[in-house]
Amino acid sequence: MKEAIGTTGLVMNEPLLWEKSRKGRCGISFSRKDVPDASVDADLAGEGPDFPDLSEVDVVRHYTRLSQWNFGVDTGMYPLGSCTMKYNPKINEKMAALPGFAEAHPMLPPDLSQGTLRLMYELERYLSEITGMDATTVQPAAGAHGELTAMLLFHAFHRKKGEKRTKILIPDTAHGTNPASASLCGYASIPVASNEKGVLDPATVADIMDEDTVGIMVTNPNTLGLFEDNIRKVCDIVHAKGGLVYCDGANLNAVMGIVKMGEIGIDAVHLNLHKTFSTPHGGGGPGAGPVCVKKALEPFLPVPRVEKKGEKYEFVWNRAESIGKIHAFYGNFGILIRAYTYILSMGKELKTASQHAVLNANYIKEKLRDVYHLPYDRPCMHECVFTDKAQEQYRITTLDIAKRLMDYGFHPPTIYFPLVVHGAIMIEPTETEPKENIDAFIAAMRAIAKEAEENPDLLKNAPVKTKVRRLDEVTAARKPCLCG
Amino acid sequence: MKEISELELKADAGYAKDHEWAKKEGDKVRIGISDYAQDQLGDVVFVELPEIGSKLKKGDEFGTVESTKAVSELYMPVGGEVSAFNEELADSPELVNSDPYGKGWMIEIVPDDMAELNALMSKDEYLHMLKGLKE
Amino acid sequence: MRYLPHTGEDTAEMLAAVGAKDLSDLFSAIPKDCRFNGELNLPEMSEWEVSSHMNGLSRQMGAGAEYKVFVGAGSYAHHIPASVQYLAGRSEFVTAYTPYQPEISQGTLQAIFEYQSLTARLLGMEVANASMYDGASALAEALLMAIRIQKVKKKTVAVSRLIHPMYRKVVQTYFSPTEYTIAELPCLPDGTTDLSPLDGLADLAAVALQSPNFFGCIENMEEAGKKAHAQDALFLTAFTEPLAYGLYKNPGSCGADIVCGEGQSMGIPQSFGGPGLGMFASLNKYVRNMPGRLIGQTTDAEGRRGFVLTLSTREQHIRRERATSNICSNQGLCATMSGMYMASLGGTGIRQLARLNFDKAEYLKEGFRKAGVKIPFSRATFNEFTAAFPEGFQSVHRRLEKEKIIAGIPLECYYPELKNHYLFCVTEIFSKADMDHLIHTIQKEVRP
Repeated sequence: MKEAIGTTGLVMNEPLLWEKSRKGRCGISFSRKDVPDASVDADLAGEGPDFPDLSEVDVVRHYTRLSQWNFGVDTGMYPLGSCTMKYNPKINEKMAALPGFAEAHPMLPPDLSQGTLRLMYELERYLSEITGMDATTVQPAAGAHGELTAMLLFHAFHRKKGEKRTKILIPDTAHGTNPASASLCGYASIPVASNEKGVLDPATVADIMDEDTVGIMVTNPNTLGLFEDNIRKVCDIVHAKGGLVYCDGANLNAVMGIVKMGEIGIDAVHLNLHKTFSTPHGGGGPGAGPVCVKKALEPFLPVPRVEKKGEKYEFVWNRAESIGKIHAFYGNFGILIRAYTYILSMGKELKTASQHAVLNANYIKEKLRDVYHLPYDRPCMHECVFTDKAQEQYRITTLDIAKRLMDYGFHPPTIYFPLVVHGAIMIEPTETEPKENIDAFIAAMRAIAKEAEENPDLLKNAPVKTKVRRLDEVTAARKPCLCG
Repeated sequence: MKEISELELKADAGYAKDHEWAKKEGDKVRIGISDYAQDQLGDVVFVELPEIGSKLKKGDEFGTVESTKAVSELYMPVGGEVSAFNEELADSPELVNSDPYGKGWMIEIVPDDMAELNALMSKDEYLHMLKGLKE
Repeated sequence: MRYLPHTGEDTAEMLAAVGAKDLSDLFSAIPKDCRFNGELNLPEMSEWEVSSHMNGLSRQMGAGAEYKVFVGAGSYAHHIPASVQYLAGRSEFVTAYTPYQPEISQGTLQAIFEYQSLTARLLGMEVANASMYDGASALAEALLMAIRIQKVKKKTVAVSRLIHPMYRKVVQTYFSPTEYTIAELPCLPDGTTDLSPLDGLADLAAVALQSPNFFGCIENMEEAGKKAHAQDALFLTAFTEPLAYGLYKNPGSCGADIVCGEGQSMGIPQSFGGPGLGMFASLNKYVRNMPGRLIGQTTDAEGRRGFVLTLSTREQHIRRERATSNICSNQGLCATMSGMYMASLGGTGIRQLARLNFDKAEYLKEGFRKAGVKIPFSRATFNEFTAAFPEGFQSVHRRLEKEKIIAGIPLECYYPELKNHYLFCVTEIFSKADMDHLIHTIQKEVRP
């Protein structure tokens, strides 16, 4: 390939904050002290925290240098499977920072919060439209929080019917958050094996679905990047036993405007606004995990609900069957602003976004299939899964391939997930990646496959162009140093 | 990872299908995990063990062993009351990797029924099982 | 569409490579009866149309410089330095994912390690995690953690009625499918929690208090801690306003085992209640039972200092249904921003700022008192306090709203016995003139 985009630059070292401290410095402006000193109860007074003292310029240099050690979507292609690292539009950030939103107190009277109420009301309806569901709550703060909310809704639904179900079916390709969320509701996870095509087999589900089972948690498209083509049958089986179907919507980016979850038998689906709806991931969060449901589950949604009376929007708290609250206020509102802005900007083009996301994944799959092993050779959705099987003979693992990609200037794909694929390399290019970048990524992956064969040490020692080399995670876990 | 031929297996211990070993020490039984198990796990970073006096039946979970990326449950190969646990593992979990049958032992129990030891696999039977797993 | 770079030519070339005749052909694996054949019913706007629409919504809000909102109750109006907002907006922080690949994520990793350290120092604890969603879910998770830690299974937690009402609601929701019970500790006349019912409670896994509590009062933390420990229960403390620990004793020095709360006041915009920051800390001995991510220091292949996600085996992606929590995404960027703010404030600054908040709130409290308003709780407060007005204050409150002044929030909807009681908050952004105006207006109403 031509010269790789990965290179080195002048990257500065930077100590920890408290190693730079000079007592008496301060990086913040204080308002004039225009009131007298009041007396403090000496028994209650404390010493105050041992924070480092830094000037504004100290702080700005510190974090600017740190930021330069990070790779983000704005830096380059970030094909992290299952995470939908699409471009985060700048207009979203600008809108979230509007003072009317950013400085709004959550307990403002309704007359002074019509803007935020309307935004939530409309966003809920847009998300219902996209998923084909009847109602949406935007209160959950992240995907796993949405899963938990959905499980609580299922729990409330069954309880109202006087039933106490104890188990839930979870396919072996599920995200780890699914069983963990179900556990919080006291449900035992019953794993469901996917078939040789990488999808659910209705017969397997029929065998284990019974009247003690809450329902099923499916991810569709699933974590192998495949559409669950038996989904309707699976839903019928679960419904016939009085169960409910939950869909982990982490992979919605493949099917916007193409499949409506509400029309294929799903009862509740959570969305990750920080994946499908372009809100940034912030190095770990905040995200937002709205839950869209069918009519039967609507009475149980968290309070408050936003309703429209005439031309006015208002919070409604009095909902006897609601599961209650799952966030102190109304969720990660700042993230809702960004997703709302994105939907307004995209409109019907959301469908094109899904089409291009799927096109890009299939293109990569076709261009790499002769050098990397493809465990499920089927048309994929928005992501494709390879393994390190072809490189095993050179004692090269998925981890080595991922680390070497950094030297070429790419963020590695998701590795070792899903667990059902040994040595998985899960690539999700998203729709916002230009073809030249995708081609450069393919060329890098092919060059690495060649290096694995000819000079495996290059991979074993990678990365070499990064600020730090491979880190000692074993010592970090054996002798944890979590606080400085 | 080690090839089957590289594994160290002790003849004086019995093996469970979950890769724990058990060995008679006077009227007590010592328990740990096999060379195969430690090799599969990779660098052990933490071992969680039961308190002295815990009464556990054969097949009960007695603790967990963690590497950086995985966690495995430990099951009693023989039932009994825990009389000691390896305190050194708290500070040096790597002993499970470097010396799985010696300094990396995990617990010692007063067995309910010493005969349960006989039901465990011998070295050869265990090796046979491992060959089946590798295929 | 500007976010979709493919030209018609690109698409055609790629379709040919894939062997599909058109874009819809890519979805042949989806059964026909699963496909939606209509068109999404959504608006579509240009960038300037979006901007004008959003500005319109934003202008309907009672927020911005012309509004004086004397309300805290879990969301605090503090000044955020321009430098912090600028730094937190750097796209290298904003557009990165969870730092799963440490070699190219050292920025996030060091920033969060520093956040963990500063948070632990602020709360007087040994270890803090990389954040939870918010103060309320952090409290629910802390209670579940305390139950998990107890070697002998205990099923009851005692929760003060003076913990933020919304936090208690969230705890109820988390606990509703479990077998655990929540015992509510009532309130004493001085505005603190009545600890006496603790003596009669058996089976107690944890005791949880908030300080400053919802009425703004500083709790008897040390006494509560001793009582909890006497019953082999863990002592949990929650908070909504951590700036208070720049003036008052921190929870760690009062014997807390687990500390959790909302970190919004440490440099994060109020943003109508979220995203905020669930701060979460404990003693080292409980770290393996902690929910959420942790960042640890280590070295790289060349012996240089570096940071990684660590102790991950507690988490859902490894331990699945046996994980300490289901949390995955957290509030990383808010934690980073909060670290920036705490660093800007510094040890000298936080003492000064806390003192300023206290002095200003005391000024308003004293002004109210002189104006004939009753201050029902005698206990010391920080930047929030409760005031009791004569019957009919509601209409004054509404009139002030027209003047763009929000004179506290009514407590009656959360505590029915507290008719005409309002909760006020004063931070550094309010001037003496703002307060004098409020005092003067109220004085006219209370003592015409």
